[in-house]
Amino acid sequence: MTTLTGRIIHAGEASGVALVSTAPISFFGGLDLETGVVVEKGHPLEGECVTGRVLVFPRGTGSTVGSFALLRLTRTQRGPAALVMESCDTTVAVGAIISEIPCVDRIHLPAITPGARITVRGAEVHLEGIGS
Amino acid sequence: MRLTDEERSLLDGAAGQAAKKAMQILVALGDIYGAEDLVPVRSVQVSGVSFHNLGEAGLEWLESMAVDGRVRAVTTLNPAGMDLEEWRAQGIDPGFAERQLRLVAAYTRMGIAPTCTCTPYLVGNLPGPGEHVAWAESSAVAYANSVLGARTNREGGPSALAAALTGRTPRYGLHLDAHRVPEVEVVIEAELASTAAWGALGRVIGKRAGTRVALLRTRARPSVAELKSLGASVVTFGGSPLFFLEGLTPAPGTRPTDSIVVQATDLEGAIAELSDGKDEIDLVALGCPHASLEELAELARMLDGRTVEKETWVCTARPTKLAAEKLGIVAAIERSGARVMADTCFAVTPLESRRGATIATDSAKGAYYASGHNKLRVHLGTVQDCVNAAVTGRWR
Repeated sequence: MTTLTGRIIHAGEASGVALVSTAPISFFGGLDLETGVVVEKGHPLEGECVTGRVLVFPRGTGSTVGSFALLRLTRTQRGPAALVMESCDTTVAVGAIISEIPCVDRIHLPAITPGARITVRGAEVHLEGIGS
Repeated sequence: MRLTDEERSLLDGAAGQAAKKAMQILVALGDIYGAEDLVPVRSVQVSGVSFHNLGEAGLEWLESMAVDGRVRAVTTLNPAGMDLEEWRAQGIDPGFAERQLRLVAAYTRMGIAPTCTCTPYLVGNLPGPGEHVAWAESSAVAYANSVLGARTNREGGPSALAAALTGRTPRYGLHLDAHRVPEVEVVIEAELASTAAWGALGRVIGKRAGTRVALLRTRARPSVAELKSLGASVVTFGGSPLFFLEGLTPAPGTRPTDSIVVQATDLEGAIAELSDGKDEIDLVALGCPHASLEELAELARMLDGRTVEKETWVCTARPTKLAAEKLGIVAAIERSGARVMADTCFAVTPLESRRGATIATDSAKGAYYASGHNKLRVHLGTVQDCVNAAVTGRWR
């Protein structure tokens, strides 16, 4: 098991399978808020569902309403389990705090294999390998 | 980030759950952007008011914040998704209206004035030069930094609310002298004689200066209406929410070495890029950003003795509308068939049913949101062009 250490944006503990995006994510407009599916045309995660996953992405982009979009997903049980980022921004930080989703940034993303099982605990990101 | 004893006690929940959540937001943002401490603020503008954008989850969260959250600064509110009084005439669904009214009521319980306007500086939330504030609404942020000389970053709804509930905001970005220095000179050789022209200039600056702080040099002497059109447009098209107008607005003495020249053809080009409407128009929308009392009076004069052929809206703040009603200005505008709407604007009110229709406006920001977000076709021109289009049903 590998452990990466980043910076706490919102402290908490959650586990899930990694959904890794190489591109920034716009939560308002980029996702279908009813289903949690990425709908942005041409996005690397287009068609993927964020629900229950540990969402790994470089940073947020787009409207600041994205904070409320994250909250809407979470309140309908459609949200991601945790957020692991390279560099957090205002919209995602605020979204994580008001939604109470564990969020860590300053993580070297290429160290995370898509599909790996991940536990986020405080500032630590534990990688448990695929299928383990 | 360094916190005072009082700030630490807010973070520990000594003043309740809402203040605790607010401090969590401010501390996280301060850490992300490397702020050394929090700076006191006495003026806040909160966005995140349209139920259309916030949904049921946003409404519930705000109602939970309103249980024990109370403001520690003069705080005003951005436009809502409907006219809070005349929503029935606007054709708003009663279910939407009920939730929209609850949303505004939650803000009001926290002590936020339900001004529901993007122009707080016209209705009593007016910071002085050098004052640190925490404002959301990008057009108001541009006006506060650039015209008033106050200092604010571009806040989002919850981060502005957090500032209101604590009376503080993290000290980084545009709060610091180091980020308030002109980086590019914009020499304007074009004539600027309308809100549409100043809006077109905003687009040129946003596109060509990018996020650099611009120092504008022009012989023109803009009105408040023209300044708010410029600020709204600069940030809509990607520019910095801080610019300086040489000789007119508070500016440091330094002079950038890099320079951009703006000619009349640049402004014509910007207007052409934003205009794709059909000859016959469907709708006229004025008041983006919200019309001032002076603009409403001017519009009443233009519409005197005329009747509009097409649906015509002018959006303003409720306090401005009340003053205009006392002066007979609202009645004069509405005699023509045009409507004065308060509390909302055509950028946040649902317009999906009008997809493909042609809208005439004097606002570059409004033109951008009408075509992108609401899928409308647009004609951008002066207020006089828009009034003529409303009366004849055709663009020029």
